Amino acid sequence: MSKGILYDATLCIDCKLCEKGCAERNGLPYNDAIAAESKQSEHKFTVVLNKNDKYMRRLCMNCQDPSCVSVCPVGAFTKTEAGPVTYNASKCMGCRYCMLACPFFVPKYEWNKVFPLVRKCDMCSDRVANGQQTACADACPTGATKFGEREALIAEAQQRIKDNPGNYVNHIYGLNEVGGTSVLLLSSVPFEDFGFMTNQTTEPMPLLTYRVLTHVPDVVALGSVLLGGIWWITNRRVEVAAAEGGTNKPLTTKHGQG
Amino acid sequence: MRIPKITFWKAILVLILVPGLYSLIYRLTHGLGQSTNLTDDFPWGLWVGFKLFSVALAGGGFTLAAVVYIFNLKRYRPVLRAMILTAFLGYSMFIASLILDLGRPYRIWHPLVMWNHHSVMFEIAWCVMLYTTVLFLEFLPVVLERLGWKRQLEWLHTIMIPLVIAGVILSTLHQSSLGSLYLIVPGKLYPLWYSSLEPVFFFISALCAGLAMTIFESWHADKAFHQRLELSLLVGLGRVLAVALSFYLSLRLVDLMRRHVVYLLWQPRPETYLFFLEIILLAVPMVLLFRRKVHTNRTALYFCSVLTLLGFVANRMNVAITGMLAASGGNYFPKWTEISITLAIIASGFLVFALAVKYLPIFPNGHAYAEGSSEQREPVSSSVPELSHVGP
Repeated sequence: MSKGILYDATLCIDCKLCEKGCAERNGLPYNDAIAAESKQSEHKFTVVLNKNDKYMRRLCMNCQDPSCVSVCPVGAFTKTEAGPVTYNASKCMGCRYCMLACPFFVPKYEWNKVFPLVRKCDMCSDRVANGQQTACADACPTGATKFGEREALIAEAQQRIKDNPGNYVNHIYGLNEVGGTSVLLLSSVPFEDFGFMTNQTTEPMPLLTYRVLTHVPDVVALGSVLLGGIWWITNRRVEVAAAEGGTNKPLTTKHGQG
Repeated sequence: MRIPKITFWKAILVLILVPGLYSLIYRLTHGLGQSTNLTDDFPWGLWVGFKLFSVALAGGGFTLAAVVYIFNLKRYRPVLRAMILTAFLGYSMFIASLILDLGRPYRIWHPLVMWNHHSVMFEIAWCVMLYTTVLFLEFLPVVLERLGWKRQLEWLHTIMIPLVIAGVILSTLHQSSLGSLYLIVPGKLYPLWYSSLEPVFFFISALCAGLAMTIFESWHADKAFHQRLELSLLVGLGRVLAVALSFYLSLRLVDLMRRHVVYLLWQPRPETYLFFLEIILLAVPMVLLFRRKVHTNRTALYFCSVLTLLGFVANRMNVAITGMLAASGGNYFPKWTEISITLAIIASGFLVFALAVKYLPIFPNGHAYAEGSSEQREPVSSSVPELSHVGP
């Protein structure tokens, strides 16, 4: 059973204690200036957005079938059994394909360093592994950020919408987006207001590239047979012509290249 | 006339290489954030666009190798060495810009031991490594011939056919996977460019760019070193290019209709204008090349090849930059250091190519033509000067 986070914007009071808790757990600085920043960055893995007194949290969605795990050429990202998507900094060579591919613009880069790394929320993988809840859920005083079993959280989110249909947009963001995410969001205003892409497919993104990659063995097998065959035929033709007294010499190993 | 011309090009070279070297040092000592305009919103910029293009230039290498070795069309032999050299330089430029673009360049070997076969980038890393090796081996005979190492040369010839086949397959995979890179960003790449056929487009356009590059280079080799190819060869290349371009452009059009995004062509947006720039740069040479007057004239052919190459520069830049801007919500225009390093890499490529042509037997009839040659000195078409073969 994988864990998840349910964030309910209608319960949020914009106290930003989740931001503070997150910074503490990840050993990042936190002060008034950073609290005022409204963008995720290499030193701020989660932000509480405020738009006309409607709130929304942004953090790594920890997808069920993540793009970053799929695109990383060295396999630096892992989707753990428990839910968190972790990043192994010692593997990363800095191609930044994860940043390009992430449908939620989550991975951030240490642009100011000479040898930078990617930084992102990893759903407190160490705490979750120890049976604790995430630092943000721990810090939340109102229950807006709730940690638990993903399946149970989905049921709860559906119940909340059913009980108070007027309070919510009838949509659990993360239930089906890109094949589902460990983080689930509820809101009273449309998600695109907070910069979420709402035209996401419901199938996992990695399929888009993996479908093509599965043809690599076909290209290798068919390609070698086809090219080898064509070479055999054309070369044989020249050989035959030569044997019959033609002037053409076969294109065999006797010839220099080019 | 010769000396001032060379001095002029040398001056240009210095003007490009010196700031390039400064930017290179700056990049290595200050990191990506200082030396580029890349941001979290826009993590891939000019260098990625340049990488996509430098590999497309290399398309001539596998095309010509297949034509000469596999299809046994020997009359294209005289072009082959130049194209393999171009491909090798194209891949070297790719690797050079990759090293600069990586956040931690010293970990470039990681894909050798850390595998993720779900990643297009992983496949690209392996194709680049293997194909660059293949290109090196395909080019090695030229060097061995110059050195007179006959035994090694013969040994290389015995493995040439499997090598060429491996090269064609690796290129096919690699050229198309550069397009596959963008399959995973359906919501980010502007629909004029995002297509499930992107791998196919990248592959066909590499064929076209390779053909155009062959014409382009032979014109310059003629001007600079008086080493010219038979006109009938260029005519053949020009005709194939015309057909390949028309196939490519019609496929692009059909694809726009298939995805129901033709209406985007009437949107007054920067993407639309740059899309039309790209298409016009490719459509003009396509139309011109179908005319006999054009594809039988060296200068006109050259002009068409330049337009084609610019068209594919526009295409790769549009995919890498233009098409990704709107969704990122950011602004990106390359910093001067990014531009000067890119120019320096291109200039180095030209320099190495020129040196190779000068000192190695790249073109078959090297120095065969006296200075001040003109069109009437065109060799008779049937007398293709065969290369000096070694071996029994």
